[in-house]
Amino acid sequence: MDPILIFIQALNGLQLGIMLFLMAAGLTLVFGVMNLINLAHGSLYMMGAYLAATLQQQTGSFLLAVLLAIPLTILIGMLIEVIVLRSLYDRDHLDQVLATFALILFFNELVRIVWGPQAYFMAAPALLSGSMQILPGVSYPVLRIGIIAVGMAVAIFLYVLIAYTRLGMLIRAGATNREMVGALGVNIRLLYTLVFGLGAALAGLAGMMAGPILSVEVGMGESIIILTFVVIVIGGIGSIRGAFIASIAVGVADTFGRVLLPPALASMVIYVLMAAVLYWRPQGLFPAHG
Amino acid sequence: MNRRFAGLVFALGLVAGSYAYGAEQVKIGYIATMSGPTASLGTDILDGLKLGISHCGGKLGGLPVDLVIGDDQLKPDVGVEVASRMIEKDKVDLVTGIVFSNVMMAVAKPVTDAGIFLISGNAGPSPLAGKGCLPNFFAVSWQNDQTHEAMGKYLQDQGVKSLYLMAPNYQAGKDGLAGVKRYFRGEIVGEVYTKINQPDYAAELAQLRAAKPEALFVFYPGGMGINFIKQYAQAGLKEEIPLYTTAFTLDQSVLQAMGDAALGLLNASFWSPDLKNPVNEKFVIDFKATYNRLPSLFAAQGYDVALLINSAIEAVEGDLSDKDKLREAFKRADFHSVRGLFRFNNNHFPIQDFYIREVFRNEEGVLTNKTIAVAFKDHADAYHTQCEMK
Amino acid sequence: MVKQKYPDLRQIVLLFVLAAFLTVPLFGELFYTRLFTRIMIYAIVALSLDLILGYGGMVSFGHAAFFGFGAYTVGILAQHGVESAFLAWPAAILGSAAIAAVIGAISLRTSGVYFIMITLAFAQMLYYFFFSLEVYGGSDGMPLASRNTVAGLIDLGDHNSFYYLVLAFMLLTLFFSRRMVQSRFGMVIQGVRENERRMRSLGFATFRYKLVCFVIAAAIAGFAGALIANQSLYISPAFMHWTRSGDILVMVILGGMGSLFGPMLGALFLLLTEEVLSGFTEHWMILLGPLLIIIVVFARRGVYGLLCGAKDVV
Repeated sequence: MDPILIFIQALNGLQLGIMLFLMAAGLTLVFGVMNLINLAHGSLYMMGAYLAATLQQQTGSFLLAVLLAIPLTILIGMLIEVIVLRSLYDRDHLDQVLATFALILFFNELVRIVWGPQAYFMAAPALLSGSMQILPGVSYPVLRIGIIAVGMAVAIFLYVLIAYTRLGMLIRAGATNREMVGALGVNIRLLYTLVFGLGAALAGLAGMMAGPILSVEVGMGESIIILTFVVIVIGGIGSIRGAFIASIAVGVADTFGRVLLPPALASMVIYVLMAAVLYWRPQGLFPAHG
Repeated sequence: MNRRFAGLVFALGLVAGSYAYGAEQVKIGYIATMSGPTASLGTDILDGLKLGISHCGGKLGGLPVDLVIGDDQLKPDVGVEVASRMIEKDKVDLVTGIVFSNVMMAVAKPVTDAGIFLISGNAGPSPLAGKGCLPNFFAVSWQNDQTHEAMGKYLQDQGVKSLYLMAPNYQAGKDGLAGVKRYFRGEIVGEVYTKINQPDYAAELAQLRAAKPEALFVFYPGGMGINFIKQYAQAGLKEEIPLYTTAFTLDQSVLQAMGDAALGLLNASFWSPDLKNPVNEKFVIDFKATYNRLPSLFAAQGYDVALLINSAIEAVEGDLSDKDKLREAFKRADFHSVRGLFRFNNNHFPIQDFYIREVFRNEEGVLTNKTIAVAFKDHADAYHTQCEMK
Repeated sequence: MVKQKYPDLRQIVLLFVLAAFLTVPLFGELFYTRLFTRIMIYAIVALSLDLILGYGGMVSFGHAAFFGFGAYTVGILAQHGVESAFLAWPAAILGSAAIAAVIGAISLRTSGVYFIMITLAFAQMLYYFFFSLEVYGGSDGMPLASRNTVAGLIDLGDHNSFYYLVLAFMLLTLFFSRRMVQSRFGMVIQGVRENERRMRSLGFATFRYKLVCFVIAAAIAGFAGALIANQSLYISPAFMHWTRSGDILVMVILGGMGSLFGPMLGALFLLLTEEVLSGFTEHWMILLGPLLIIIVVFARRGVYGLLCGAKDVV
């Protein structure tokens, strides 16, 4: 492979990683702070995509659709949290796995009944379609550059949020020792709802960014949720920094695996990577619980 | 013998005869993937089947129809259980449907061994067309490789010199590319198998661009196709490397989700909504009126299943008990399908024409296909010589 | 202990279920015989998961890998002409045990959600491996020409004979598992689940105990896999997909983990519910979802827990 191709593939790996980061950040936050395994995170991704696609068809504007769909997704997330998840905080992870697995079944059928079984169309915004020259003689789709840009912006936003704000401090404290935080008089319930809402927003945003390049269809969350779990396990649960590094690593490893290896081996690359990381660091790269 | 006795014998004869002369109804088991992301295929074939039944007057061969529907969940072992339930509990006379080849391979022998006819509305795996052909099995759709062979032939005829191949890494993907290579004689500059249900093809598209082939052939059904076509267009490759594929990638059920990315792309198919024959014209118009969408090739297959069963039951005058007669009637396939005249080969797979279609927007602004060329006339599949049946 | 005058609800239900299992084939409906054979096979694999999950506290999301591996052992041996159950079934058991020894040795270094993910990863690796194995069916899977032979003693092709054989095996597995959890070994395993650090300070080599438990559970799952291959006469990589592991996990949790009888009830409940619901509507999954949530929220210890009135489950 010539250097230009290697560079393009690295860029592809980065883009895939950034997409995974959007998903992983929300999931690791929820898991780290609330100690909740949420398999239905993929369903929020799907709902974000469907809502944005529908709004885009109604309003004709991608930006407007995204701006409206994000609050809607947050709303759905908070509804799930209040109705289903509140009763599960004290339960062990297994019950949470089961209940959120049941939510996946429910949302899949719901989407099929409301939007129909066929895939939905989502157009790329005019500003982001087509390709641009990033290097002389090398063109790259603008949409993917857009995804990288949005992802980096979100990463910086989360970094500032976590490191420099009060909410971020509470999140870090909650991820390290939630009982203490509650004992210190913080309104844990509100914190949980806010964190879950933030996670839902990130998942929904990932879905909206993915919609134009991937198919918006029932069950689109399943294919990405396993990958997301792999990322947060490698990165260490509760750590945004870990999620960022792990998602880039997984994205690049998966991309180059597909290019260099036969398909059977390529599918296994990320699992081998995860097994290897866990062998040396059984708690992931940057576990929040120390 | 006095008259009364003769009359009694005659009456008994009539009663006995009526048992031979016709069941009260025909019970059909429909097994397909009705849940999960690929459920639209199962519902499409079923919609076509139901329309076909209603066009035959709500009956098939004069017998009222009892349709039993089962979901195989795309799991071969569930398909076997559903088939066994339909045969043993529901006592169906025929089984039809079956979208996916792996389910078909699991249910083919159990169903046909029980003496029940299996009419495939979609899956046509090569073992059933060749050495493993079964007398009670009939494929109304096609043999899996045929459609890809058609595109391979077209590319060969068009003088394409170098071709890049891509498909998902499962049996149907490998069979598809093998079909293309059977008729395309030019140079294969790349043969890439991607992970099944892989969402993002950025890496593979970059490799494709670097290989600079004259043309690209892909087989990506369903959601994979939507992802691939959209990303291929966005990468600006449509202007650089023309894409050729089969109807499964650019079929009516997925076209709308692709948008303009699909415009102008060519695909091979055994059927097109604009085929000019009275049966097809009626089918397309009524399908649109009944279901508010244009039919896909899967719906067309389901429709033809109904017409085939109708013709066979009519030929045996409703007597479903004589299996050999019924089998002969199925083999004769004396009906007009949406593709024109229909006939089976010795292995119970169709011999049919294949067309090349192009995606365009019709007057209502809906994306659909139009026929632009004929790839094959009376094309038989590549495995029929290995089948021992006559 | 107060001597109970009347049998409690738990015993009544279990006796009823046992009676049902004993009499199903007598009804002569082949469909129900097949359905219940499948239920019993899944009961066996759910039971094996309960050993490591309910008693050992190890949440494995890759248990279906051993289930599928057992099925493939039968299929591959059959393709090479080995059809005797006396060879194929022990091979399935030993093969699964061997693979589990390797997977367990690596995975048991982790715990909690990391353990869940690494078991899932190994299961997926096995899945992709068999998926790409063209020679043995690949993605389409491979059919089994006929059921294994038992040296002419029983004809497994006869559905009733196969049914009673599976029933015998299910009862045998129940008996064996119960003895195991009540033995010293079982006590240690449960102790490890409660507090591993304390067990280690008491001098137990906890890693070894967990590994042995993991291997035993995998061996039983492999045996169930051999049975399912005989039942469906079809072997597909779908048997080892992570969603199949999820199904088995659902059976164990629904039924009530840590009880052995619970998973059996869970398998019965889940498969029967799927059968009934899918008869009603194609959209049955939208009913199954909320149903599961309600059970999780309100019946903390599963169906079996409900029957016990949340008393001691073991």
